[in-house]
Amino acid sequence: MTKIVTTPLTLEKVQDLKSGDRVLLNGTIYTGRDAAHKRLFEMIQRGEKLPFDLNGQVIYYVGPCPAKPGTVIGSAGPTTSGRMDPYTPALLQNGLKGMIGKGLRSQAVVDAIIKYKCVYFAAIGGAGALLAESIKEAEVLAFPDLGPEAIYKLRVENFPVTVIIDSEGNNLYTVGKERYRQH
Amino acid sequence: MREIHANQIISTVERLCIESNINLPDDVKNALDDALKMESSPLGQEILKDIIKNAEIAKEKNIPICQDTGFAVVFLKLGQDVRITGGNLVDAINEGVRRGYINGYLRKSIVTDPFLTRKNTKDNTPAIIHTEIVPGDKINIILAPKGGGSENMSALRMLSPADGVEGIKRFVLETVDKAGSNPCPPIVVGIGVGGTIEVATLIAKKALLRPLGQHHPQPEVADLERELLAEINKLGIGPQGFGGSTTALAVHIETFPAHIASLPVAINIQCHVARHMEAEI
Repeated sequence: MTKIVTTPLTLEKVQDLKSGDRVLLNGTIYTGRDAAHKRLFEMIQRGEKLPFDLNGQVIYYVGPCPAKPGTVIGSAGPTTSGRMDPYTPALLQNGLKGMIGKGLRSQAVVDAIIKYKCVYFAAIGGAGALLAESIKEAEVLAFPDLGPEAIYKLRVENFPVTVIIDSEGNNLYTVGKERYRQH
Repeated sequence: MREIHANQIISTVERLCIESNINLPDDVKNALDDALKMESSPLGQEILKDIIKNAEIAKEKNIPICQDTGFAVVFLKLGQDVRITGGNLVDAINEGVRRGYINGYLRKSIVTDPFLTRKNTKDNTPAIIHTEIVPGDKINIILAPKGGGSENMSALRMLSPADGVEGIKRFVLETVDKAGSNPCPPIVVGIGVGGTIEVATLIAKKALLRPLGQHHPQPEVADLERELLAEINKLGIGPQGFGGSTTALAVHIETFPAHIASLPVAINIQCHVARHMEAEI
């Protein structure tokens, strides 16, 4: 079933999301991938103030294409989430509630998702043109020197995602594969 | 001797960079349409529909299919009777990539010093260039932008000749299974068997350039392609790893003679955005 959810995420909203749900996200989300994660993680370790308050927020693992003149953003599909794993538990501990990416997560991330009651969504990898249509506003918020890896603040409308790992640790990648496996 | 001006190479490469990133080849579209008819998971069918719709939006809006517009991998067949004027070949290709990625609003995904500063080169250069000298007076250029997510799931193993076909099958299934949802399935699997390590990996990548569904001319190799495709699709990974019967759209194998001591096997995984475009000058 499809659920419509508005950010920021609360504990109640997160607990209503179950692995396998299709969700249309609305509101503000933030982008961040490899280099931005490394910087956020190092800032947390040094006790510095982050460029945005993580509480209840959602980070989208994406490095978009440049916007053509007259458009909000270029193609903007998810990147592989696993590369963010070393940094993710610290972000979840500091209030981050949701992540959008694609692909497998480490056990440490799954444990942190359960511990801090968070949710991991996947957007369709390789569907950057389709996903860009749901992004209505985009502005660079931090680390402009990183180019496509800068942190953008996005406003999304009905941004289509699927719940992969819910706050209880149920995992669509495991369950879905087992259901259709013939080996 | 035929003279070809560097500017012609620059403009051709620029065009190929832009067009290959926007237009999904027809063979890939057809393979996705076929997969949609065969897919057993309802959620998997929804995903395949969105993937097909995405390619239509990209074409209509003239924007990249995927934001990862890749490393610019260039396969060159350079006629030995060609003389390049007005510049040198490698600079011309890199200039074409620079213009294509900047003028086409493509993402610049290349960083310098892989384990040091990782500073973005800001124009997607350098290109990866594979040159073959061939008879004739033409230059054939294939541009195949390669995304990082699927490339990262690729693998090489130096098997022992005693491992044989069974060893190859085990390695392929293990690699695809382990990759799971990461390389954006449904995938295309390019396999290179034989040669030395660099030849195995190069022919694995070349295998990805073959039109989807076109089998290897050698019947035994073609049979192995069919068998591996069927086995991969029994893994259950499905579109985007959400579970289903379409994990791969095609398996292509290329072979090369091997040393008496060796059976190198390289697996190059390609996401469903299997882009490549060709031009001849």
